[in-house]
Amino acid sequence: MFERATPLILSGFWLTIRISIVALCLGMILGLITCLFRLSKLRVMKFLAGVYIWIIRGTPMLVQALIIHFGIPQIVNLILKAMADGGGYQKFTFTAFASGVITLTLNAGAYLSEIFRSGIQAVPVGQSEAARSLGMTAFGTMGKIVLPQAFKIVIPSLVNQFIITIKDTSILSIIGLAELVNKAKVYVGSTYQYMETYLFVAACYLVFTSLLMLLSRFIEKKLKYAKK
Amino acid sequence: MWQACSGRGWFDMRKERAAAATVEPGEKKIVISHLKKCFGDHEVLTDINLEVDNGEVVCIIGPSGSGKSTLLRCINRLEDPTGGTIIVDGNDITDKKANINKIRENIGMVFQQFNLFHNYTVLKNITLAPIDRKKATHQQAHARALELLERVGLAEKAASYPGELSGGQQQRVAIARALAMNPDIMLFDEPTSALDPEMVGEVLAVMKELAAEGMTMVVVTHEMGFAREVSDRVIFMADGVIVEEGPPAQVFDAPQEARTKDFLNCVL
Repeated sequence: MFERATPLILSGFWLTIRISIVALCLGMILGLITCLFRLSKLRVMKFLAGVYIWIIRGTPMLVQALIIHFGIPQIVNLILKAMADGGGYQKFTFTAFASGVITLTLNAGAYLSEIFRSGIQAVPVGQSEAARSLGMTAFGTMGKIVLPQAFKIVIPSLVNQFIITIKDTSILSIIGLAELVNKAKVYVGSTYQYMETYLFVAACYLVFTSLLMLLSRFIEKKLKYAKK
Repeated sequence: MWQACSGRGWFDMRKERAAAATVEPGEKKIVISHLKKCFGDHEVLTDINLEVDNGEVVCIIGPSGSGKSTLLRCINRLEDPTGGTIIVDGNDITDKKANINKIRENIGMVFQQFNLFHNYTVLKNITLAPIDRKKATHQQAHARALELLERVGLAEKAASYPGELSGGQQQRVAIARALAMNPDIMLFDEPTSALDPEMVGEVLAVMKELAAEGMTMVVVTHEMGFAREVSDRVIFMADGVIVEEGPPAQVFDAPQEARTKDFLNCVL
């Protein structure tokens, strides 16, 4: 069985790995920006970040994926059609990978921003007061004192969210992304080997997430504030 | 361990700078007028007027909740004053357009809880701000940090992290960190209150040396012995106002105000 199944399913696994890494990197950036917006003194920024987090947290990712993959191109095409004024126009579509990355990034970003916020607020205020009293700017204090300490505090929650995002990639099979579950379904459709195939799929996820947990343990050890 | 650090040559760079500076002894370093600070509806400071001369050591004493720390924290604008003005080195720090970061470089602050940066070594704690604020190159900051550590008797701790030091050691590093910016003024916010009793002495000794070197210091403290011995002027605060001030001999031995007498009866 595995001679035929393995290449097919591993190609799906590879896509799962790639989209997870891309979305998590972008999600980290988006999460950090959102978090700084939320902690900013400007009302508008606070509000924008709040609305974004509210919408993403309050709706299922499956629905978000459908809206992004099918809904948005539909609207864009309507607008393009109107602008073309009867003439021809280039039809707009998202590839499954593009909508997948957007959906995952938006999701991870919202949750990560809340994790970052809790981390930043867990750094004692005396740390930034000391930095500011030495003349350091708010920006420098955030970058050199607060964020490095906040990062260490949030590593466990961060890894937790990473794992959730990795597992959530399976939802994207619904928009036709040829990731692990999608490929497995294709394979099962012709062979009916449910148990073996899905156990293999489960094992793939487990390998990926376990590697991540090992990595986090390694980083946590590295970040101990003590001489070796 | 501490004895090794006393002696000549404390803060040479400061002396050189002081010699070159235009500020004459006796000139006002800090001028606070009609300072008012509210937290919400609660008025913590009411019409505070205070001047500190160049090289003067001023100790602020008083019961907790009297606004001592808030007053100190207004001087480098860690708290934004609600009203009044504070002039430090000729700069009005209550002016919203003032470059507060630049002004803060010249005002060192030492906190009750030390507030060393947990994520950096002792050495990096001291070199971080001078490098970040471009007051020194890496080599200069490094050399200066080691020199300061030598003088607070902690040269062998340069590579340690703050969490590995005792409270007294952390506070001495915190003083070295503030001095690394070559400030004109040092603010101390109850620097020995969080220390175990046996560690108070080593921190006070560093502060005494500093005072003897002519540093302008404002010290909020509960160490009456230190205030009496080291300060040029003692200020007694209660309920957000300066109740009484004068030379230590006068305030401690012949207090005029009833509230001062009550307080001193409790603590002495």
